[in-house]
Amino acid sequence: MLIDFFQHLKMRKLAVSTREFLTLLEALQSGLANHSLDDFYVLSRTCLVKDETQYDKFDRAFSEYFKGVENLPGWGGVDGQQIPEEWLKAMSMKHLSPEDKAKLEKLGWDKLMEEFRKRLEEQKGRHEGGNKWIGTGGTSPYGNNGQHPEGIRIGGKSAGNRTAIKVWETREFRNLDDTIELGTRNIKIALRRLRRFAREGAAEELDLDNTITGTARNAGWLDIKMRPERHNKVKVLLFLDVGGSMDDHIKVCEELFSAAKSEFKHLEYFYFHNCIYDFVWRDNHRRQSERFSLLDLMHKYGPDYKVVVVGDATMSPYEVMQPGGSVEYNNAEAGAVWLSRLQETWPHAVWLNPEPQRLWDYRQSIDLIRTIFRNRMYPLTLEGLERGMRELNK
Amino acid sequence: MRFEGTNNYVATPDLMLAVNAAITLQRPLLIKGEPGTGKTLLAEEVARALNLPLLQWHIKSTTKAQQGLYEYDAVSRLRDSQLGDEKVKDIANYIVKGVLWQAFERTTPGVILIDEIDKADIEFPNDLLRELDRMEFHVYETRQTIRATQRPIVIITSNNEKELPDAFLRRCFFHYIKFPDKPTMQKIVDVHFPDIKHSLLKEALEVFFQLREVPGLKKKPSTSELIDWLKLLLAEDIPPEALHAKDRQAIVPPLAGALLKNEQDAHLFERLVKMAQQNR
Repeated sequence: MLIDFFQHLKMRKLAVSTREFLTLLEALQSGLANHSLDDFYVLSRTCLVKDETQYDKFDRAFSEYFKGVENLPGWGGVDGQQIPEEWLKAMSMKHLSPEDKAKLEKLGWDKLMEEFRKRLEEQKGRHEGGNKWIGTGGTSPYGNNGQHPEGIRIGGKSAGNRTAIKVWETREFRNLDDTIELGTRNIKIALRRLRRFAREGAAEELDLDNTITGTARNAGWLDIKMRPERHNKVKVLLFLDVGGSMDDHIKVCEELFSAAKSEFKHLEYFYFHNCIYDFVWRDNHRRQSERFSLLDLMHKYGPDYKVVVVGDATMSPYEVMQPGGSVEYNNAEAGAVWLSRLQETWPHAVWLNPEPQRLWDYRQSIDLIRTIFRNRMYPLTLEGLERGMRELNK
Repeated sequence: MRFEGTNNYVATPDLMLAVNAAITLQRPLLIKGEPGTGKTLLAEEVARALNLPLLQWHIKSTTKAQQGLYEYDAVSRLRDSQLGDEKVKDIANYIVKGVLWQAFERTTPGVILIDEIDKADIEFPNDLLRELDRMEFHVYETRQTIRATQRPIVIITSNNEKELPDAFLRRCFFHYIKFPDKPTMQKIVDVHFPDIKHSLLKEALEVFFQLREVPGLKKKPSTSELIDWLKLLLAEDIPPEALHAKDRQAIVPPLAGALLKNEQDAHLFERLVKMAQQNR
C-alpha cells in the first residue's frame, strides 16, 4: 500500500527518492507514527519533502491519495464535529454576495471563514434556531466555532484524527509554492545562482597554504606568498522592455531590477521598447536625446557579460521581422537581425517573460522571439528565473 | 529519549514529531522558517530537555567544512620549529579538534547545532555528506579514522539564502517552522511572561497580527520581535487602553520601533495610519 503512495507522489512530480522512502518505512517501523493518519502525514512530510515550496504540492497529493481513507470507519467518521472544506466553500458561496466573494478572495481563506462565521451568526439571530445547517443543536460545528473565533484555524486544536485531514486540506503552504510568489528577496536568492567567485586584481591576501609549501621547499626560510581576494566576477547586461504592454508587469520588473542591482557589482542596464533595434537608452525621459547604439555596446562589453532581456515579447510580428517595423523610429534592419546579433556577441543570453507561460503559444510574436532565442525564454516566476540563471551559468 | 518541548519553548506537535524522528533514527534534522521563529533556540532547548551537552558550530561565509572536523595549525608548528621546540616532532600536537570531532569522541551522545548552513559556500554541505551520514572521517596528518561512538543528534538551520544540494537533503529530515497562529502565539507569550496582564496581551496580540497583515512590509515582525515589544510594554508599564484609541481610530501603537525595524516599513506604516485617520 505504501509503495502505491510513493508512486503516487512520484506521479505528482514530487522529488522523492527511494532512500527517503526507506527512511520513512524505518521511521514507521520504530513506531513514530503511532498508527494515526495525523502523525503519518507529518512524518511522511518530514521524511520525503525537503523544501517548503513543495509542501503545497505534497498536501495536494496526500489529500488526493487519502481522500477515501478518512471516510472509513475508525478514522473518525462523519460525526458532525468537523466539516469538510468543500462544504464550507459551498455554503459560503450561498451566503455571500458576489462583491463580498471578490473582496474576500483577496483576503484569503482564513478571513473568509471568519466573515462567513459572522454571517451565520447573524442568520441565527434572525431565524431563531437558524436554517437547516445551523439547527442541529449542540453538535453544530458553527456553534462551536462561533464561540471560539480561533477555532476556525482548522487543525492542531482538537486531538481527533480528522484534524490532520484538515491540515493538508487547508493548504497553508500555498503561498510558498515556487511557481507563484516572487518577492525581492526571493529574486535575490534566485539571482545568487549566478554568483561566480574568482580571484582577480591585486595580491593582498596571505595565501597560507602556499606560504607553508613555499617555506618547506625553502628549507625552513619564510617564503611569503600573497594572492588576490575573492570577488563575485559575474557581469550582467540587463535589457528592460518599457513598452505600453509592459505596464501590467511594472511591479515585478521593478522588483527584479532592485534585486539585480544589489546583487551584482557589474550590472549595466538599458531600456528598449517591444524589441531591441539599433538603439537602447538609459533614462526613459530622455530616450530621444540620450541613446546608446547597440553596436557600441557590443564593442564595449565583452562576451563574458551575461545578457538578461526582460520583456513580454508581445507586439506585432512585423516589429520583429520587417525593417522599419519599429514603433519608435524607422529601423534599417529588422528586430530579428538585431536579436541574433546580440546572441552572437553575448552567447550567454536569456529572455525572461512576465506573461504567463500558458499564453505564449497564442501570441505569434512570443513564439517568434522564442525561436530566435533558441528556446531560452523563461517565465518571470521564481522557478523560471532559476531555470534561466542555470542556463546562463552553463 | 523523547522531546516534548520545554517549559520555555513551545513546540507544535509536528515539530516534536520531526525532532523525535531525528532522535530515534539518528539522522540530521534540517530546520527552515521565517527569521525569528526559534530555529536556533530549538537546538538549545532539545539539548536542555534531554540533558545533553550542546556543541555549536556557527557558519559564516568563509567557513570550510574541514574546520568542523579539525584544523592543522601549521603556523604554530612553523614557529615552534624555528624555535627548536620539542613539540614540533609530533604533528598531533598541532591538530586542533573541530566541533564534529569533539562530538564524535564523546562517550555519551550530544547535540550538535550547525547554525545557518546556507551562509557557507555552495559546496559546504556536499563536503559533509559522509561525515554526517556515517559519522566518521579520516585525519590525513595522523592517519587515524575518527568514528562516532555515540551518534550525536544533529540539528541544522537554514535561512534559505542558498539552495542545498539534493544529496545532502536526502540524508536529512526536514521541517519548516511556519509562523505561529494566534493560540500558539498565546502559549509562547505565556511561557515568556507568565504574569502579563490578560487584557494587555489580548490587545497586543491583536495589534501584532494586524501589523503583520499590512501589505507591502519588507520585514514582517516575527515572534522574537513580539517578545521584545512585550518586554518594552511591560517595562514602560503601558496600559492596555493605549494600544487602541477609544473611538476606534487608527493610531501608531506605542514603541512600534520594536516591531518595525526597517525605516521604509515604519514610514509606510505611518503613512497608512495617517490615511486611515483622514478617512474617518
